[in-house]
Amino acid sequence: MPLGRLAGWLMLAPALALLFGVFLLPIGWFLAGSLTDFASFAEFWEEAQDVLFSGTILRVLLNTNGIGAAVTLLVLVIGYPVSYALSRAKGLVFTAILLCIVLPYFTSTIVRTYAWMVLLGRTGLINQILLGLGLIDAPLELMYNRTGVIIGMTYVLLPYMVLTLFAAMKAVDPRLLQAAEGMGASPATVFFRVFMPLTLHGVIAGVLITFILAIGFFVTPALMGGPDDIMIAMLIEREVELTQNWPAAAMMTIVLLVVTLLLYAVYSRFADREAPR
Amino acid sequence: MSGSVDLDAVTKRYGSETVVAGVSLVIPEGEFFTLLGPSGSGKTTTLSMLAGFVVPDEGRVLLGGQDMTRVPPRGRGLGMVFQNYAIFPHLNVAENVAFPLTVKGASKAEIKARVAEALAMVKLTGFETRYARQLSGGQQQRVALARAIVGHPKVVLMDEPLGALDKNLRYHMQVEIKEIQQRLGMTVIYVTHDQEEALTMSDRIAIMNHGRIAQMGPPREVYENPESSFVASFLGEANLVKVRRDGETVRGPGGAPLVAARGALSANEGLVFVRPEKVKVAAGTAELRPNHLPGQVLHASFLGNIMRYAVSAADGATFFCDVANGAGTEIHRAGDAVTLSWRAEDSRLLGS
Ligand SMILES: Nc1ncnc2c1ncn2[C@@H]1O[C@H](COP(=O)(O)OP(=O)(O)OP(=O)(O)O)[C@@H](O)[C@H]1O
Ligand SMILES: [Mg+2]
Repeated sequence: MPLGRLAGWLMLAPALALLFGVFLLPIGWFLAGSLTDFASFAEFWEEAQDVLFSGTILRVLLNTNGIGAAVTLLVLVIGYPVSYALSRAKGLVFTAILLCIVLPYFTSTIVRTYAWMVLLGRTGLINQILLGLGLIDAPLELMYNRTGVIIGMTYVLLPYMVLTLFAAMKAVDPRLLQAAEGMGASPATVFFRVFMPLTLHGVIAGVLITFILAIGFFVTPALMGGPDDIMIAMLIEREVELTQNWPAAAMMTIVLLVVTLLLYAVYSRFADREAPR
Repeated sequence: MSGSVDLDAVTKRYGSETVVAGVSLVIPEGEFFTLLGPSGSGKTTTLSMLAGFVVPDEGRVLLGGQDMTRVPPRGRGLGMVFQNYAIFPHLNVAENVAFPLTVKGASKAEIKARVAEALAMVKLTGFETRYARQLSGGQQQRVALARAIVGHPKVVLMDEPLGALDKNLRYHMQVEIKEIQQRLGMTVIYVTHDQEEALTMSDRIAIMNHGRIAQMGPPREVYENPESSFVASFLGEANLVKVRRDGETVRGPGGAPLVAARGALSANEGLVFVRPEKVKVAAGTAELRPNHLPGQVLHASFLGNIMRYAVSAADGATFFCDVANGAGTEIHRAGDAVTLSWRAEDSRLLGS
C-alpha cells in the first residue's frame, strides 16, 4: 500500500520538521561548530583525551550513573506496587491515583522544586515533624546533598515508570491469574510465578526509560543538590556558560547522546510489547 | 476423598439478578456430566462455584462429601480446562503442564514422569519446549487438557474446552477427552452449548435455562422425552404443534385426533412434540386415523443422507420431517399431497 505509506509520512511530516528544526539542526550546528575549531584530528584527539579522561569528568560520570541507578531503583521499588494498585483500581480510586501520579506534569519544575525546599529544608515540615515527635535530635540534611537530588528526581521520574508498568500490567490476562489460583497456587506463587514474569518486559522498559531520563537531568540536581552532586548535564552547561569551552561541552554531549541512544535502542526492543517472547 | 460432586440448592445473585437459582446436583464419582444451556443461563457461574472462584450466596458445594463452599480454589484440588485455554505465555509446554505439580512442591523426578505421561496421553510428546504461540488451537487445547489431568485429580471441570476448534478437530478431541476420562476414572463436569457434543460425550446432561435446571438425565432420555418445550427445542430439532382438548380426545391441526404415549395437557390447549426423524411421510391422502395428518410439501431439501421436508398441515401448522435417504426411498416434491404420521410412543404432549 504505497498510498497508505505516503499518507503516513505526510502525517508525520510536521512532527519530523519540528524535530529537525528545533533539535537536530541546533545540536548538529553546535557539535559541528565546536569540533571544526580543531586544525587536525591529532589536535582534536589530544583535546578529547584531556576532556574525557580528566578526573572531573570521570567523577561526574560516576555521579551521574550513581544517581541515575539509585533513582531508577527507588522509582521501581515505589512504582511497581503503585502501578499494581492502579491496574486493579476502578472508578474514583483509579482517577485519584492517576492524578497523584501525573500531577508533577502539571506543575513547573521550578515551582515543584521550591515546594520540596519547604518540605525538606533544615527548618522544613519533615524535620519539624520528626523533631516534634522526638524521633531525631538534630535536623536531617535532606536538601543540597545526594539525598535531596535523589528524592527530587525520584518524584519527577515516578510517572514514567508507573505508566510504563501500568501498560504492561493491564495487558496481563486476569484469567491467567485465576487459572493459576485454580491450579493450586497461593497468592504469592501467582504473583512470583505468573504476574511478575508477565510484567518483566514492562519492568525492563521502565528501568531503561527512567535511567535514560535520569542521566540527562539538569534542573533538579542543580537546585536540590550540593557541590558534590554535579551531573553530566550540569557540567556541559558549565563548560558552555562559565568556561566557554565549547569543544569540551560538545564532546561531553556526544558521550551523553551515545549512551542515551544505545540505551534507547535496548529500550525500544522491550517497550510496547504485550507478552514476553 | 472420592470424586463425587454435589451442589446443594446453590444460588448466586449479581445485584438484583439471580444468575443461578437454587441448583442442586448429585454427581457420582466417574460420571461425565454436562451442563448445557443457552448463553447467559448460568453455566460458567455454576462451574465457578464448584471451582471456588465464586462463592454462592446460598447453598453448599460438596466435593467428595466434604463441604467446600468457602474453601478457596487452591484448596479444592480440582483439574480445570478453561474456555480460553489460559496457557501461560511465559512458560513452555512442559512447564505449563508441570505448573499444578510445581506449585504443590512435587519432586523433580515426579514432575518429569507425570508431565511425560500427561503429554503422551494427549499425544503431545515432543512438544515440550514449544511456547503457546508456536502451537495450533488444537494443540493448545491439548496442553490445557494435559495440565488439567497431570495431577490425577478426581474431578476435572471443563468450560467449553472445544469452543474454538473446527468441526473435525472438535470431534477428534471429544473422543480423546472421553477416552482419557474413562481411563483415569475421572469425574468430569463439562460445559458446552453444542448439543451434539453434549449428547455424544455425556453420561448425564443438565439443561440450564435462566439459572435453573430445566431437565436432567441421560442424553437419550432428555432428547426423546423432553419435559418442556424449551428442552424440546433447545436439544435438537423439534416439531411443536398446537393441540386442544376435545372431551376425551386431543385434536391437532384440522381437528385430527392425536394419541401420545407420554405427557398430558394441563389446560385445554397445549403442544404436541415429535422429532422430525420420527415423522413418516407417505404419498397421497389417507383416511382420518389417529396421528395421521394430510399435508402438502412446502419444500424438500437434500442434506445428503437425509431428505428434509417442510410440510404444511391444516390450520397453518408446519411440520419438519427428516427421512433417511436410504435404498429405494420415495422422494416427494414441493406441492405433492402427502400424509404425515408418527407413533404414539414417539410423541409427547406438553402443557405449553
Ligand atoms: N461477575 C458478574 N457480575 C455481574 N453479572 C454477571 C457476572 N458474571 C456473570 N454474570 C451474569 O450472569 C449470567 C450468567 O452468566 P454465565 O457466565 O454463568 O453464563 P453462561 O451460561 O456461562 O453463558 P455463556 O454460554 O455465554 O458462557 C449472565 O447474565 C451474566 O451477565
Ligand atoms: Mg460461560
